[in-house]
Amino acid sequence: MSDFTSSFWPYFISFIVLGGIFGCLILLFMTSKVKQMSTTDNTTGHVYDEDIVEMNNPMPRWWMWLFVITCVFGLAYLVIYPGLGTYKGLKNWTSKQEYEQEIEASKQKLAPVYARFANMTPQDIANDKKAMAIGERLFMNNCSLCHGSDARGSKGFPNLTDQDWIHGGSPEKIKETITHGRHGMMPPMAAAVGNAEDVKNVANYVLSLSNSKHDINRAKLGKEKFAACAACHGAEGKGNQMIGAPNLSDNIWLHGYGEAAIIERINLGKDNQMPAQEGRLTPEQINVLASYVWRFSNTQPPANVPTVKPPVTAAVDTGLVSTAAAATAITNTAVETK
Amino acid sequence: MSANTIATAAPGAILGASAVKTGAVSTSFYDDYAVRNFTIMAVVWGVVGMLMGVVIASQLAFPELNLGISWTSFGRLRPLHTNLVIFAFGGCALFATSYYVVQRTSQTRLRFPLLSRYTFWGYQAVIVAAIITLPLGYTSGKEYAELEWPIDILLLIVWVMYGTVFFGTIAARKVKHIYVANWFYGAFILVVAILHIVNSMAIPAEIFKSYSVYAGVQDAMIQWWYGHNAVGFFLTAGFLGMMYYFVPKQAERPVYSYRLSIVHFWGLIFTYMWAGSHHLHYTALPDWTQSVGMVLSLILLAPSWGGMINGMMTMSGAWHKLRDDPILRFLIVSLSFYGMSTFEGPMMAIKTVNALSHYTDWTIGHVHSGALGWVGFITMGSIYFLVPRLYGLKQMYSKKAIEIHFWLATIGVVLYITAMWISGITAGLMWGAINDDGTLTYTFVEGVKAAHPFYIIRMLGGLLYLGGMVIMLWNVLKTASLGQPVRVAIPASHAHHVHA
Repeated sequence: MSDFTSSFWPYFISFIVLGGIFGCLILLFMTSKVKQMSTTDNTTGHVYDEDIVEMNNPMPRWWMWLFVITCVFGLAYLVIYPGLGTYKGLKNWTSKQEYEQEIEASKQKLAPVYARFANMTPQDIANDKKAMAIGERLFMNNCSLCHGSDARGSKGFPNLTDQDWIHGGSPEKIKETITHGRHGMMPPMAAAVGNAEDVKNVANYVLSLSNSKHDINRAKLGKEKFAACAACHGAEGKGNQMIGAPNLSDNIWLHGYGEAAIIERINLGKDNQMPAQEGRLTPEQINVLASYVWRFSNTQPPANVPTVKPPVTAAVDTGLVSTAAAATAITNTAVETK
Repeated sequence: MSANTIATAAPGAILGASAVKTGAVSTSFYDDYAVRNFTIMAVVWGVVGMLMGVVIASQLAFPELNLGISWTSFGRLRPLHTNLVIFAFGGCALFATSYYVVQRTSQTRLRFPLLSRYTFWGYQAVIVAAIITLPLGYTSGKEYAELEWPIDILLLIVWVMYGTVFFGTIAARKVKHIYVANWFYGAFILVVAILHIVNSMAIPAEIFKSYSVYAGVQDAMIQWWYGHNAVGFFLTAGFLGMMYYFVPKQAERPVYSYRLSIVHFWGLIFTYMWAGSHHLHYTALPDWTQSVGMVLSLILLAPSWGGMINGMMTMSGAWHKLRDDPILRFLIVSLSFYGMSTFEGPMMAIKTVNALSHYTDWTIGHVHSGALGWVGFITMGSIYFLVPRLYGLKQMYSKKAIEIHFWLATIGVVLYITAMWISGITAGLMWGAINDDGTLTYTFVEGVKAAHPFYIIRMLGGLLYLGGMVIMLWNVLKTASLGQPVRVAIPASHAHHVHA
């Protein structure tokens, strides 16, 4: 990769930079040599606006040294480091190289820390205190901004402590989700369902699946039209983890509860994305993190009610809630479950 | 429309207008129409701009104060704040003082007086357009150059008129030499024109939407070449021009060293041009560009201090005046802050220091020690000097009010910058802290929490500074209404200084 479009520019840059620095030094040197003014009062003899006169005192010596030292430092730096066009500098230093070395060094340092977990089962990792401490730090720095410090998510961001998994809750699936991210896409379905009335009916049928408040007559009418939805969500609306279609019968509403919210989803569809973490986190870190997340919904006694103590760090502390968007997630405890 | 009608349309300009009307005699008087109006508006915009600053500082401490309305959200009011304080407050002060100084030190009235009036109204139009468009969300997205292309063009027209008036007056000067203040004003006008044109190059898509002609890292580099030179030439060179006139005037002392002014002037001109890339350390910017930016930022220290030394040493022999002259106190404190922030700047440009300071509140603190301490104080001192003279009075309406303003402003700045230093260095250290397992020691929100108390202190500092400015507005308006706009006769030139 070249930073220059022609071989002229590196010379141009070098010439201007060096010329400027030497120019400063020459100007300083020559000006300091100027003889005292011919006037007897040590002024230039210029008078402005009746009473402004200029003395011509010598420049403070310490200041001149400061100027010279910074110039010398600058020149030395430009000899050692890249700066003058394509000249690479004595050290042959590049930021890319330094970055890669730092990453490599940190990998070397981290390897033994994570080596212990490589041959452990996800369940064993979940029971390892040290692993879970690491998991918590990983979670707080990388996951909590969306899923909340207590992992209970908020609107649009799934709750990780319940049993309702959109793409599957096995440690392997969680690892897959963290590594590659997820992209959930429901197309606008209004046309497939029918007219506005049909959409409303289907919405009431969907509500009836979880025994939520609904209009029984409309639900009956909507059942037939639900066929359009069944392709993904299944005939009984139980969802399909293979394609990430949510379960509609469990009274957990990721994108909003109630008739209006469901109608909106049918009309507009939904495009929701979790970014991939590979590249940000090492496979070894993801391994630990997956067990940490899995543990939320898999502790004794197993139940739908999450009994995992929510991770607590200073971030959960109060008083801060208003200051950070991240922290607002804390207050929005669970996904709307009415 | 004649100059006369334009002039009388503005309050407080009656006598300025009569100077124009009387034609033949008028050449023996200075033309202070634009000076007076720009001076008053500098104070007015100062209050409005600093109010915006306090509002957004409060929003950072208490986000609910966004009010949930897009127009009052931080993202829109922040550019409004910067535009108002830099370009409205600072800009009006530069117009006012440059028009005043160039006439006095050239012993001639403004060339093209009509154009100087147009620059006033044109510049106010730009400011009003900014106040309307920025909260509505019209922005080019370039920091400190957010205004969209039609306003950019209006500003360019105003600026060309400004240059014509200023350099025209220099050319018509009645003294042989060009006074050092005018070198700085001249450099400021010239370079700001270049910066504005190059950085604002864009392809218009709609009336208030355009796209920069530069892309990617080039766009970032152009943006910071502009951004740092806006600091260097708008906020430094221009205000050094102010310093070189008002400090010797108020101290009644000769300028310390002519040759020092030559060296530090050319040093500043050369080195500032290259410093912009220190805003892009550790980014996609090529290594060589970062190195050059760092080296020349460091070399910038000496030329900057040259200005401070010249100003400070000009005061020597007048130190006793500080005891009872609050105006001089404003000027000396401004030079102290200038020295401090121009030491801090080169240090922060060193890559290893920058790794800690970049993206933290330290940068905000640094900018404000320059903006509030240097630019603000030198402007306030200069305006307190100007206003009585523009209205035919010996001094400001209330000297006590200047005293109070001075202390409010001083405490305000100190609170502001110390809060930002602590908050910034804390953030830098917290963000950089890493556990043995490769994770960050502190989550983002913990960093925010640590900053919170300092955001409140910063807000209080800003509030004090704003309070001082409000007192200044009151004092200036009182003085203006007490006096009358006066015509000042141009003194006869000293024979041996007459040009040609």
